[in-house]
Amino acid sequence: MENLASIFVKGIFIENMIFAYFLGMCSYLAVSKTVKTAVGLGAAVIFVLGITVPINYLLENYLLKEGALAWLGEDFATLDLSFLSFIMFIAVIASMVQLVEMAVEKFAPALYGALGIFLPLIAVNCSILGGALFMQERQYPNIGEATIFGLGSGVGWLLAIVAIAAIREKIRYSHVPAPLRGLGITFIITGLMGIAFMSFMGVEL
Amino acid sequence: MRFLEKFLHEKIKPHFEKGGKFEKLYPVYDGMETFLFVPGHTAHKGAHIRDGIDLKRTMITVVLALIPCLLFGIWNTGHQHYLFNGEISPEDAWNVMLWDKILYGAMKVLPIVIVSYAVGLGVEFAFCIVKKHSIQEGFLVSGMLIPLILPVDIPLWMVAVATVFAVIFGKEVFGGTGMNILNVALTARAFLFFAYPTKMSGDQVWVSELPDATAGETQLGMWAQTIGVKDNPDAVQGIMDKTYSTMEMFIGNMPGSIGETSAVACLIGALILIYTGIGSFRIMASVLVGGLTMSYIFNLVGINPFMEVSPIDQILAGGFLFGLVFMATDPVTASQTPTGKIIYGFFIGFFAIMIRVFNPAYPEGMMLAILFMNVMAPLIDHYVLQANVKKRISRLKQVKVAA
Repeated sequence: MENLASIFVKGIFIENMIFAYFLGMCSYLAVSKTVKTAVGLGAAVIFVLGITVPINYLLENYLLKEGALAWLGEDFATLDLSFLSFIMFIAVIASMVQLVEMAVEKFAPALYGALGIFLPLIAVNCSILGGALFMQERQYPNIGEATIFGLGSGVGWLLAIVAIAAIREKIRYSHVPAPLRGLGITFIITGLMGIAFMSFMGVEL
Repeated sequence: MRFLEKFLHEKIKPHFEKGGKFEKLYPVYDGMETFLFVPGHTAHKGAHIRDGIDLKRTMITVVLALIPCLLFGIWNTGHQHYLFNGEISPEDAWNVMLWDKILYGAMKVLPIVIVSYAVGLGVEFAFCIVKKHSIQEGFLVSGMLIPLILPVDIPLWMVAVATVFAVIFGKEVFGGTGMNILNVALTARAFLFFAYPTKMSGDQVWVSELPDATAGETQLGMWAQTIGVKDNPDAVQGIMDKTYSTMEMFIGNMPGSIGETSAVACLIGALILIYTGIGSFRIMASVLVGGLTMSYIFNLVGINPFMEVSPIDQILAGGFLFGLVFMATDPVTASQTPTGKIIYGFFIGFFAIMIRVFNPAYPEGMMLAILFMNVMAPLIDHYVLQANVKKRISRLKQVKVAA
C-alpha cells in the first residue's frame, strides 16, 4: 500500500511528465488557453493513461518480453519479441483513444464538442507513449503498480496543464512585448515553472 | 529644496522633453524627478480611492522593513568571520570588536547590495527607455531582497548575472512590475542555486573568508547530515551537539544567507509590514500554521533525527521566517483572494518543511516552496472565484424560488 502511494506521488510531483521529462508538450502548449478545456483534456489524458498502461503491461509481460511466451509451450520460451513493442504500444493507444472517442461521443456529446480535435490528438500525445515505455523500462512487478503509475503520471500532467492555463488566464491583460505574445511567453512560463518543480527532484520516497 | 526644484525644472528638464537633446532618456529623468519630488500630475478620470500611498511609498516601506535584517546581516557577517577565524572566543563574542564587525560586514555586504541595485535598475531603465513608459519602482524591493538571500561569499559577477536573468525573464518579459508570476528575488536565487550549486550550498560559503579545513555549516545543513547517520546514535548526538540553540536561532548569530538568520529582525519587519497594512497578515499567519503543522506531523512520524526537530526550531531555522515575512507576502505573485491567500500560505509552510526533510540535496525548502506556490497561486484564485460564482448563483436561484 505504501509502495503504491509512493509511486502515485512520484508520478505527480517528482517524475512529472511535463516538468521532469518534457513529454506531451504539444497539447500542453496548445490547449492551455483556458482552465476549463485544460481540465477536460487533462481528465481525458488521465483516463487514457490509466487504461493503456495496464493493457500494455499485459502485452509486455505475456507477449513481448523475452521468455514472455513461455505459456504457449517449451518452444516459445526463448522468443524475444520486444522489437515489436513500439508498434504494439502505439496500436493499443490509438485503438483505445478511438474507443474513448466513440464512447464520449455517444454518452457525453457536450464534452465531445468542447474537446473537439484534441480528443483524437491524445493518441499522439508523447506522455501516453512515454507512460507505456517508462512502464517497460522500470519493470513494475505487478499490474497494480503499473496502473497506479499510469494514473499518477496522468494526474501530474493534469496539474501541469491546469496550472499553466490559470497563469495564462492571469497574464491575458499583461503588456507582454509583442514578439513574445502567445507561444513565446508560454515557453518562458514553462521554463520558470520547471524551476519551481525542480524542488521535488531528488526527493526519495 | 526650492532651489533644487527650480534648477531641475528650468535647466535640466528641457533637455529631456520633446525636441531636447536627451529626448529618448526621458523615462530616466522622470524616474529621478519623481524620486525626489512628489509628482504634480493627478488622475485624469475620477479617482475612486483617496489615499496618498502609491507604488513608490509601498516599496519604500518594504525597504524600511528590510533595514533591520540588513543591519543585522552586516553585523553578523563580521561576527561570524571573526568567530570562525578564532579572533574572538564564543564566550565574550558579544562584547568585543563591535565596530570591527560592522566595518568588516559592511565591506562584504554593501558591494553586493550596490551591484544588485546598479545592475537591476540599469536593466529596468533600459527597458523603460525602449518601451517608452515611465519607470516603475518594483525593483526597489527586489534589489534589496536579492543580496539578503545570498551567501556572503558569492562572487559579485554572479550577483550581476542572476539579477539580469531575474529582471529580464522573471519580470520584463511579462510586461514589467506587477505582471510577473514568480517572485523576482527568488528567481535570481533559484537561478544561482541551480546554475552554480557549489557557490550556493554546502559548508564553505556561509562564512566570509572561512579558514581552510573548517566547516561553517548552517543549522539546516547540520540537521540534514543527521539523516545520513541516523542508525548511529553517537554520530547523531555529535552533530546535534554542534547545532545552534533555539535562543541563538532567535537572535540569529549563526551562519546563513546574509539577511535571513535573525528571527528578531524578521519580526520587526513583519510588525512594520502588518502595521502599515502592506504585508498580508493572512498569508503570514497561514504560512506559520502550515509550517508548524507539517513539522508536528513529522514529529509524530519521527523516523529520522531531522523529523524529530521541534516545530519551533524548524520555524526559526534557515530562511523560513524571512521568506514568510518578505517573499510569501509579495502582493504580485501571491493569491489575490482572501480565501486563496490562506490556502496559498498554508501550502508554502507545508511544502517548505516537507522539502527540507525529504530532499537531502536542498536543506533549505523555503525558496522552492514559495516558487512552487507562486506557480499554483493563479489556479487557487481561479477555483476560489469559481466557487464564489457558484455560491452566488445558487443563492440567486433560492431567492427566485422564494419570490
